[in-house]
Amino acid sequence: MERMPKWADVILTPLISLALAFGISALVILAIGESPVEALKVMVEGALGSSYGWGFTLYYTTNFIFTGLAVMVAYHAGLFNIGGEGQAALGGLGVALVVLALPWPHWALALPAAAVGAALFGALWALIPAWLQARRGSHIVITTIMFNFIAAALLNYVLVNLLRPVGSMDPASARFPAAVHLPKLSDMALGLGVEWGRNTPANVTFFIAIAACALVWLLIWRTRLGYEIRAFGKSEPAALYAGISPVRITVLAMLVSGALAGLMAINNVMGEAERLMLNAVEGAGFIGIAVALMGRNHPFGVFLAALLFGFLYQGGGELALWTSIPRELIVVIQALVILFTGALDNMVRMPLERLFMALRRKGA
Amino acid sequence: MPAAGAPHEVPAIELRGISKAFGPVQANKDIDLVVPRGTIHGIIGENGAGKSTLMSILYGFYRPDAGEILIGGKPIAIADSQAAIRAGIGMVFQHFKLVQNFTVLENVILGAEDGGLLRPSLSRARGALKRLASEYGLQVDPDALVEELSVGHQQRVEILKALYRQAEILILDEPTGVLTPAEADHLFRILRGLRDEGKTIILITHKLREIMEITDNVSVMRRGEMVASVRTAETGPAQLAELMVGRKVLLRVEKPPARPGAPVLEVRGLRMVDAEGVERLRGIDLTIRAGEILGIAGVAGNGQTQLLEVLGGFPEAGAKLQGELRLNNETLPLNGPGADGRARRRAGIGHVPEDRQAEGLIMDFTAWENTAFGYHHAPEFQHGVLMDNARIRADAMDKIQRFDIRPPNPDLAARNFSGGNQQKIVVAREVERNPDLLLIGQPTRGVDIGAIEFIHKRIVALRDAGKAVLLVSVELDEIMALSDRIAVMFDGRIMGERLPEEATTGDLGCLMAGVDPAVTPPEAAIPPPAAPGTDAGGGAG
Repeated sequence: MERMPKWADVILTPLISLALAFGISALVILAIGESPVEALKVMVEGALGSSYGWGFTLYYTTNFIFTGLAVMVAYHAGLFNIGGEGQAALGGLGVALVVLALPWPHWALALPAAAVGAALFGALWALIPAWLQARRGSHIVITTIMFNFIAAALLNYVLVNLLRPVGSMDPASARFPAAVHLPKLSDMALGLGVEWGRNTPANVTFFIAIAACALVWLLIWRTRLGYEIRAFGKSEPAALYAGISPVRITVLAMLVSGALAGLMAINNVMGEAERLMLNAVEGAGFIGIAVALMGRNHPFGVFLAALLFGFLYQGGGELALWTSIPRELIVVIQALVILFTGALDNMVRMPLERLFMALRRKGA
Repeated sequence: MPAAGAPHEVPAIELRGISKAFGPVQANKDIDLVVPRGTIHGIIGENGAGKSTLMSILYGFYRPDAGEILIGGKPIAIADSQAAIRAGIGMVFQHFKLVQNFTVLENVILGAEDGGLLRPSLSRARGALKRLASEYGLQVDPDALVEELSVGHQQRVEILKALYRQAEILILDEPTGVLTPAEADHLFRILRGLRDEGKTIILITHKLREIMEITDNVSVMRRGEMVASVRTAETGPAQLAELMVGRKVLLRVEKPPARPGAPVLEVRGLRMVDAEGVERLRGIDLTIRAGEILGIAGVAGNGQTQLLEVLGGFPEAGAKLQGELRLNNETLPLNGPGADGRARRRAGIGHVPEDRQAEGLIMDFTAWENTAFGYHHAPEFQHGVLMDNARIRADAMDKIQRFDIRPPNPDLAARNFSGGNQQKIVVAREVERNPDLLLIGQPTRGVDIGAIEFIHKRIVALRDAGKAVLLVSVELDEIMALSDRIAVMFDGRIMGERLPEEATTGDLGCLMAGVDPAVTPPEAAIPPPAAPGTDAGGGAG
């Protein structure tokens, strides 16, 4: 028997968690002598109140969709991939190498190639922890975390010693040629005769992210591999009984997961920065964990949660810009949202379940 | 309702109108029960009849929606297990609640320490244990580690824990499920001793034989209701079985004589050493022919599980295998990727695993997803690169109908079906593939009588269709009723083979304890306690 209706599970629980997080955030803002109402107004206005705000919100959303999907796919196999940060960083390296290797005539040709490069590098970076887990039993949480640091160090080395143009003082790759410039959403709107989101980084990758949501849904719920991933994630003894190889599923799920994290680089490296820089991922890999948890490990949920975190990111930036609320407080708010929607999920869920059981008993 | 015991005395337990619902499911409906002091009271019923719910109410795990509990004539509210213990109620669970790497003494005082320092509690408990041991025949070495004790001895520790907490009322939930016949006999002697000292005992079981052997009174539950309470002496197994299911059941399986054909499975010199280096299978030789059921009897933990897992293609990680397997005259690989569950299915081996909840089903998957589990590579379930979910669902509907799986809802998660219906999902999936060889472990463990009958019929039908069946069960009745040949396993070996019409329970019991009665006199039929690598033994005393 279901403990509570599905709508309560997927909508009510995260909403209450969110309300709690915002409630405590409001108390913190009050405590430093600012007005929470004013702060919320600034955030909403800054992130959603104009096409300019939306242009940034959707850019961040795109990042979080990829890293959220990455965590989600691994999670269905019972694997906790904390390495989205490193995989996305390596994805950036893949993009940079592909884009700089050939004189691409047009972005439409460069984009698929760069996507393959991003996915491949992200997947390979996830492959090592996956293999260590499957073959040697090294816990994937530990190894993926460590691989984030290795990725950062590796990128540092590659940027400083290999990709840095001669004479440049900046640890970054050369600028990508203008031909591979990805269309921004604002350009596309202009093409339709609409003035929307000028000078914002949201670009065509947003649509790739939405397509990725659909494809991941198909993979997990409609293919044999997805069936085996879910079966393995729910019960390893049962998977063995059915002849599903744990090694194969661990490796394949992590390859897909790493590829998704890597694909994020299409957005931030190719779509926005147009060159590879240090620390390009900016924590999106970790936000992906919260996005997947809050999205209940479903692509549609991931999309909505990514939108929320996109809003928090952009709105938080605006808050720091226009009020005297310090930048650190935005991190606090984001952390509270992660804490309540991710880590403290059961705190809201269990009383709700009891409430619904009680209601049902009364109705029966 | 008549019950044994002096009628003028205040009963040890009296339940009046106890009701408990879980959502729309009425687990207990207006239950009345009177248990006189100093009696052994059996509670019998199918799975899901509400026995465990009722006992959980008595032990404070659940609050009843309505009704009254009287202990020693006084109405009390049992809010939690601490309150139950204070009221003198002790519970011995089916799955022991013992800390494996603690000694017996440490386990006994756990949660009943006198203060911050352990030493005084331990020495007090040591004295109490000594007294209890001599009073009731509950000998256990107080300094032995629990993990080194046989199952029978571990159960004694559970009983000692309850007695140490001054329990006057002892509830035992399916206590003989894991015991050898000799251990069960010893347990019954202990229980009779406790009763004669004035303790009150409630025995929850689904084994009619035990009810008849040891109880003074018996209450029958069916679908949440108490349908009868009678003196055991005034009833019989047939009547009790009928009361349990509400209709006549066949206690014996009707089957035409076997017509064995060519050998389907031949096992030669099969050895398995597990990751810890313990030899679990020590040279198994078996032949199963088409159209016959080979039953493997034995106390749990003597290698039956490993045998099924090796044949089914999923031995535990790190196991080393040796020997020869032949299916329909073709050698099956023992190691490597060609020896996994998928390859075994393709070769024509179906497998109903011993543990359906951990292995046979994905509990969070829907029923329809589970009906394809293990066969999800089958060509008819594919639709290009995608799975043909519509087809799998239609196939599931068909199985649900033909196996009378209830509720007939393919979208319900497997965990929301009762034990019997979960097992029907697994059996339907494996039998409907029409395998040349069906491996079936504990087919009716935790399954209600109606479903048992149905599953037994399906097994016999498969055998009559000329297929081979390897049946592993710890229920001797089931082995005797279904098998065309019986092999007894002990300590990783086949101790002997018998024909069911010739075998007696005593004879098989000796083989199960590792002694061939044809070779050794039965008095020596008891192996030393905690023989390495087995759960058997410990029946002495």
